[in-house]
Amino acid sequence: MLLPYFQWFETSAIGELIKNSSWAFAVIESVHLLALAVIGGAVLMLDLRLLGFGLKRQPIPAVAREAWPWLTASLIVMLVTGFALFVSEATKCYYSTPFWVKMTSLALAIAFTFTVRRKVSMSEEGRVRPAMMKLVALVSLTLWFGVGAGGRWIGFSG
Amino acid sequence: MHESLYMYPLVESVHVLTLCLFVGMSVMLDLRLLGIALRRVPVSEVIDRLVPWMVAGFVVMVITGVLLFYAIPIRSYQNIFFRLKLIALVVAGLNAWTFHNGIHKRVSEWDLVQKPPKRARIAGAASLALWAVIIVCGRMIAYNWFDCDMPQRPLVKWAAGCVEKPR
Repeated sequence: MLLPYFQWFETSAIGELIKNSSWAFAVIESVHLLALAVIGGAVLMLDLRLLGFGLKRQPIPAVAREAWPWLTASLIVMLVTGFALFVSEATKCYYSTPFWVKMTSLALAIAFTFTVRRKVSMSEEGRVRPAMMKLVALVSLTLWFGVGAGGRWIGFSG
Repeated sequence: MHESLYMYPLVESVHVLTLCLFVGMSVMLDLRLLGIALRRVPVSEVIDRLVPWMVAGFVVMVITGVLLFYAIPIRSYQNIFFRLKLIALVVAGLNAWTFHNGIHKRVSEWDLVQKPPKRARIAGAASLALWAVIIVCGRMIAYNWFDCDMPQRPLVKWAAGCVEKPR
């Protein structure tokens, strides 16, 4: 059903440009990886804190406020570079199971991060039970792991 | 390992995902040293609380990295990006060592300062730049633009340590 749209992406000007360049894909992928390091830091710092590790002498909302701008900024870079990579091989992605795993995890991870996780981590201390915080951190880690592992596996699958 | 269908992708996935832990935590520490992030958190606390996670991540990075190297040792050895990555790793190590034995010794004097002294900021900036180079070079090892079995300029052949095959 979506295949014609994916094919259209690949034959679009940006798709052709990246596909026909010998270095564009590699450069965009490198930027994607650099942003991965930042988003990894931003996600882990807060999730570790929610689990009771890392910067545990700091209040959770303080850690959340520190992590959030880096999370948003690196997520934007990830989405822009990720979209450029996708456009250059959209048809391959259509037939790739890891791609769909990644996109499903990504949608869930973004939705969860900007609703439940944000509300829980920004709320005043004592209002959310520690068990709930740990659960939120584990869900966040699982979803983002799905995004990362799925993403790496797109490159391995035919 | 290169004969197994799943081993290489698996080890490489662990290598790439541990990047989030190791470099992710390094980035946060470097940003604190630069006075950009976590400015209200004492520097010593950031170091004490995040470095154990960095060390754990680094151990996994080294183990998986060595395994990946052993799968294709000759191709790696004669790869310009692999060589650049190793050089940058050594420089990053020296940078961390210099910081640890230098301005970090007097951290109690600038622990609460929002913008740490110049030498700490230089160490943070250098670390960010070096790890960026290491990540990019690591990714580029997979591309064969400068491989010895392709036609190359003399400079490239020298930098990659290509050995002429006897005719």
